[in-house]
Amino acid sequence: MIRLDSIERVFQVGNENVYALNNVSLKISQGEYISIMGPSGSGKSTLLNIIGLLDRPNKGFYILDDVNTTDLSDEQQALVRRHKIGFVFQFFHLVPRLTASENIELPLILAGMKPEKRKDRVKSALEDFRLTDRAKHRPDQLSGGQRQRVAIARATIMEPQVVLADEPTGNLDRASGKEVIEILEKLNKKGIILILVTHDPDIGNRAVRKISMVDGKILDDT
Amino acid sequence: MRAEDILNFSIRASTGYKFRTFLILIAMAIGVASVVVLTSLGEGARQYVTSQFSSLGTNLLIVLPGRSETTGGPPPLLGETPRDLTLDDAIALKRSSAIRLISPISVGSAPVSWKQLEREVIIVGSTSELYEVRHLSMSLGRFLPSGDHRRGEALCVLGNKVKKELFANQSPLGEWVRIGDRRFRVTGVLAKKGQSLGFDMSDVVIIPVASAQSLFNTASLFRVLVQASSREAIPRAREAILKTIRERHDGEDDITIITQDAILSTFDRILNTLTLTVAGIAAISLAVAGILIMNVMLIAVSQRTTEIGLIKAIGATRRQIMHLFLAEAIILSITGAFLGLVVAFGGVLLLTRILPNFPIVIPFWALATAVGISLLTGLVFGVFPAQRAAKLDPVQALSRR
Ligand SMILES: Nc1ncnc2c1ncn2[C@@H]1O[C@H](COP(=O)(O)OP(=O)(O)O)[C@@H](O)[C@H]1O
Ligand SMILES: [Mg+2]
Repeated sequence: MIRLDSIERVFQVGNENVYALNNVSLKISQGEYISIMGPSGSGKSTLLNIIGLLDRPNKGFYILDDVNTTDLSDEQQALVRRHKIGFVFQFFHLVPRLTASENIELPLILAGMKPEKRKDRVKSALEDFRLTDRAKHRPDQLSGGQRQRVAIARATIMEPQVVLADEPTGNLDRASGKEVIEILEKLNKKGIILILVTHDPDIGNRAVRKISMVDGKILDDT
Repeated sequence: MRAEDILNFSIRASTGYKFRTFLILIAMAIGVASVVVLTSLGEGARQYVTSQFSSLGTNLLIVLPGRSETTGGPPPLLGETPRDLTLDDAIALKRSSAIRLISPISVGSAPVSWKQLEREVIIVGSTSELYEVRHLSMSLGRFLPSGDHRRGEALCVLGNKVKKELFANQSPLGEWVRIGDRRFRVTGVLAKKGQSLGFDMSDVVIIPVASAQSLFNTASLFRVLVQASSREAIPRAREAILKTIRERHDGEDDITIITQDAILSTFDRILNTLTLTVAGIAAISLAVAGILIMNVMLIAVSQRTTEIGLIKAIGATRRQIMHLFLAEAIILSITGAFLGLVVAFGGVLLLTRILPNFPIVIPFWALATAVGISLLTGLVFGVFPAQRAAKLDPVQALSRR
């Protein structure tokens, strides 16, 4: 369960204060499917980064599973990220020198899991995301859709509660974009909270709950 | 994160950026190799000098007439002339158990002639013990026979050069040479040997000490060489010499004793300082390597900004990122150090070919220090870039493509 309470995120640009998030409050329950839409610069990414504990608000509380995350140290936040949150980015952010399966394995390595156990998990993830025949390929040998599938496999290998996807189709053609969305929706069906930032209304409207943002505020939440 | 995974990740990262890795390895290898080679040269010089000194004779004490400042005690009274150091004084020293051998020496210069040839030569009067005390060796015949030191037999041993000049290629054994106004029978010729205590040992003639004293008409000895019975006995031998001479010289300490160890340890100190200085200079190249490592690692951090942001996003803690980058710096340093050792061994091997008579040895401590310092360098200069990586803001890092 996620609860944001009067979140404010202010950036100083020169002498001016830019309110990327202005008094945002939000409650999200287990297994919700949410899209966030809005013009560029409206604070969508900032909201996602705060929910993902990559960024800290200047004001307000963020409670994740009854824990006030604003009180946690950086190290503790890293551990919460590791176990509860999965990120999917527009630009995939795969490590270029590592193969597909090594990229997927990375969170397990950071968590200190034993190699035999890791191999099993990676193997079944490769199967789930139809990447088995691409396991040994490096990112530059994969198509955009395949790269994003690797990224999703990596985001979900630790079985997180929340998957945060910031314009995951922004760099893909329509067909692979659709495929990626379907994969994410399938994960949501299994009970993972899916929060999807997108420009594309066709994609955004598929969500059960649609949030639209303007100027760092939530305009609409249906 | 498991140690082997940290290692594996860092190795993969270093091999992923070949040019950068190559640069670091070269810098580190040069640093380590120069430390090892230069200290080996310094250590070689030290051993060379030590071995030269040891060839003078082991556990040697040299007794000189007259007190020098270095023996301590009150300065001699005005006008006091030191008593002669006599042959009987020398013989009296033999009684101490700390003393194994004594070899009195009397020195003068006299014309030496055989047939028409004549030369002015330094005459060393001594005893059969000189042979052992000074590690002499013969090229022909025998050294002076042992016997009563007070008996001046008419025998002589020629230095190598003297023999050549007087006898050329003929054998001098059994021939009578004239020294001053007396005749001596040649019993042997010394093997070639370099400088020893200030004499060119190939340009002397050695005769029994009693003969030399009567030849030069003096009762005084030039010095007495004393060999202590062991290295540990040197201080006792010294005490025994002082006591014996004091008793014989009416309570006066009018001799000077030089121990070879004292000379040696002075040289040892000087050369150790030299080695350390040279090592210190070489260590500067390690510091340069360290700064290069720092720069290159900083470049690596900025090259891999998005990667760092990403692994933060998937749950890496600051500590883990620190460890990953430190491990990388250290792995590079160690590998560089290892390459440096290979180069150093090659270099030393080459030097031993070029300078076969100069003992070049790689001292173990130099190996250990070089590797230790390179490790430390990697660690110290790796910390700053690693901290930088750990402190990166993941949002900023990921906003770059
Ligand atoms: N690091 C930053 N420094 C300064 N301003 C920022 C920074 N990050 C975001 N902003 C500003 O905050 C606002 C919201 O940004 P963002 O959340 O990225 O918008 P969106 O994702 O909806 O396009 C924008 O006006 C942006 O310029
Ligand atoms: Mg954005």
